[in-house]
Amino acid sequence: MPRLVRGIHARSWIAAAAVVALVLASAAARAGEAKIAVAANFTDAVKEIGTLFEKSTGHKAVFSFGSTGQLYTQISQGAPFEVFLAADQARPKKAVDEGFAVGDTLFTYATGKIVLISKDKDRVKGEATLKDGNFTKIAIANPATAPYGAAAVAAMKSLGVYDKISAKIVQGNNISQTYQFVETGNAEIGFVALSQVINKKMGSRWIVPANLYPAIAQDAVLLKTGADNEAARAFVAFLKGKEARAVKEKYGYGAID
Amino acid sequence: MLDFDELWSPIRLTLELAAISTVALLFVGTPIAWWLARSKARWKEAVATVVALPLVLPPTVMGFYLLIALGPNGPGGWLAGLFGGRSLAFTFESLVIGSVFYSMPFVVQPIRNAFEAFGDRPLEVAATLRASPWDAFWSVAVPLARPGFLTGAVLGFAHTVGEFGVVLMIGGNIPGETKVLSVAIYDYVETLQWTQAHILAGGMLVFSFAVILSMMLIEKRIGRPGL
Repeated sequence: MPRLVRGIHARSWIAAAAVVALVLASAAARAGEAKIAVAANFTDAVKEIGTLFEKSTGHKAVFSFGSTGQLYTQISQGAPFEVFLAADQARPKKAVDEGFAVGDTLFTYATGKIVLISKDKDRVKGEATLKDGNFTKIAIANPATAPYGAAAVAAMKSLGVYDKISAKIVQGNNISQTYQFVETGNAEIGFVALSQVINKKMGSRWIVPANLYPAIAQDAVLLKTGADNEAARAFVAFLKGKEARAVKEKYGYGAID
Repeated sequence: MLDFDELWSPIRLTLELAAISTVALLFVGTPIAWWLARSKARWKEAVATVVALPLVLPPTVMGFYLLIALGPNGPGGWLAGLFGGRSLAFTFESLVIGSVFYSMPFVVQPIRNAFEAFGDRPLEVAATLRASPWDAFWSVAVPLARPGFLTGAVLGFAHTVGEFGVVLMIGGNIPGETKVLSVAIYDYVETLQWTQAHILAGGMLVFSFAVILSMMLIEKRIGRPGL
């Protein structure tokens, strides 16, 4: 046993040296790269935007996805993200107020919509589906961390059905997991982002009227870690441009202007 | 302002889950441990390997398979159908099922070791005294293996309390039903409610310390390591 440990010990120096070399090499390769924290609802759209961005600028965009609340917590604890694409306006503003972000780069990049969906063809028939309560589980994103979950709760409250069906609510950790709950059939219905399903043909859906919940204005901001990174600044600029706008429209995000 | 009901709910739920899972683990794990300890089958180590898999598998692998298995198109959905449901996911029962799989090695291994430690002799003696195998198991093997059972039960309980990844994937974060301690702490951290996170996380730290310390003291006193 001790001999084995000593053998591993000797070899571990070589391994450690190799790891250090690798890390240094990849750091060198990372020039022209922007690390971007993205709210999960924008996943598909930002991947397309990222491809266009790389083609157009030669910079590389690396995405991390999560709920807005999760990402904000990580940023506040020193996560190395350089741009923050939230699903609300509160967290990016908070990032500015608390000194994590560059204030004059704050802008609204998209406005989102929620949609009630089901895998079953005839299950979702407008607000009646919620009022009838003829289901065992309804999936929403965690309203405390995901703005789309908060919008879902607001919509159910506007319809006066929240108290009646709150016991049937299951929460996804972010809007992607929420969609997964419905897609696997573990929840019959669920509130997800329109962008997640707009280009898919599945089951039944009801686009929730905008007057039932406060608008989901989604803000982006350059973080201080990315202030000197040309790629990060370029991404923020690209996100405002015509090419990005076409992608956003394709995914059903509302007009921003 | 601190809401103590909100803090207490995940604690109670976690204790319930761990207690029920531990009982289920002892029921399922004991025959497996017995068979692994006594059988001469050549492929028994393959079975032992399957039992030990959760030690190395990421919780996401178990969570993924459980989600499919418990869902409407899996055996869990079929089972739920018998009781008028459609999916076992997002229920307290699903967490018990997940915990039994996830904590199995922590229960089976110590019990198996304990069964193996006393060898064939006591059982042979019992047989010459005309004890039936069933009788010999209860009046000879189980008392001799008591330290193993104790270790297994404590580890199974503690490991279930500490479960996170699987619960996050199959639980659905329902207060009072699937929102266990580890998930509640995660939620508090993600929403920057750090006072609550500190209370629960600190409590877990003390609890875990106490469990491991008492395990060590028990083993020292009995003088026979369970693991």
